[in-house]
Amino acid sequence: MTTIELWIALTLALMMLSAAVMVLLVKNHIAAVAAASVVSLGLALLFVLMRAPDVAMTEAAVGVGLSSLILALALRRLGLWEVDGKTVKPNPLSLNREKRDG
Amino acid sequence: MGNLTGLLFAGGLGFMLLAIAGGLDFGAPPMLIGSAIQAQAPAETGATNIVTSVVLGYRAIDTLGELSILFAAAASAGLVLGRRHTSAGTQTEGGFILRTGGGILFPLMMTIGFYIIFHGHLTPGGGFQGGVILAAAFFLPLLARPGAKLHHSTLSLIEGFAGASFILVGLLALAEGKAFLQPLLIQDTLGQLFSAGTLPLLYLAVGLKVGAELASLLSRLAQTEASQ
Repeated sequence: MTTIELWIALTLALMMLSAAVMVLLVKNHIAAVAAASVVSLGLALLFVLMRAPDVAMTEAAVGVGLSSLILALALRRLGLWEVDGKTVKPNPLSLNREKRDG
Repeated sequence: MGNLTGLLFAGGLGFMLLAIAGGLDFGAPPMLIGSAIQAQAPAETGATNIVTSVVLGYRAIDTLGELSILFAAAASAGLVLGRRHTSAGTQTEGGFILRTGGGILFPLMMTIGFYIIFHGHLTPGGGFQGGVILAAAFFLPLLARPGAKLHHSTLSLIEGFAGASFILVGLLALAEGKAFLQPLLIQDTLGQLFSAGTLPLLYLAVGLKVGAELASLLSRLAQTEASQ
């Protein structure tokens, strides 16, 4: 591992640690899910640095994409999907949310 | 009290990991099987991606166990979420960008997913990764148009067919007088798309099964609303 790779790995580890602490501290559930997927993203990049592209692809597809999607959908099913303190029930990624609320 | 217990647990876990890590030489694996597989795998299985030759060749029955665990998880999630509200009316359609972008991205994601599945024995990737991408591709139109329904019966048919064909390929090896799921070697040029015998077939089955399972799980999750 060269010096540059070592520094990249250290930066990634710092990012992952701060994101993991953020998952615990942040009040908003969606933000916590997003921070958890940031941890997975850093892990996937670390796997690439460590020459494990197979595991990195799995982590990127499952950890970053699928598991946060499932968590977000489960939040919506539980009625915990909150944006700015308001519970938003319909389609999470719909772009005309403001039109309906306003 | 709970915080103290958590701190004690975390400290004990850290101590245990340190003690284990202290006893190992960094970068010198104590197991010899890794280097043995690395030396023999391309000649024995015909796959240039050694991870694939381990997943589908040397440890194929582990993969079968993994598939059945995934099936049990998806089936139990379907059981829990089975009581579906037909609440398509309460869900608004996605915006213009999501609808158009979903339409453009769908074929691209299908292509990438099948590319990763078909090249699983040559390049990094394979059935599990490609299957997840396929599931995401099928979920995208569902986000854009919440009223659209996936054909759950078709998905179950694909899933069952893929799982059965995985076992059938294993039984085929048994009929040839080899061990269950032992790769049947059709000696081809190393690195060709059609090489590595039955491994690409197995990965295609894995990819279709994972994709169908996860797509139906995601659509079930998306179509059930909060019950208040």
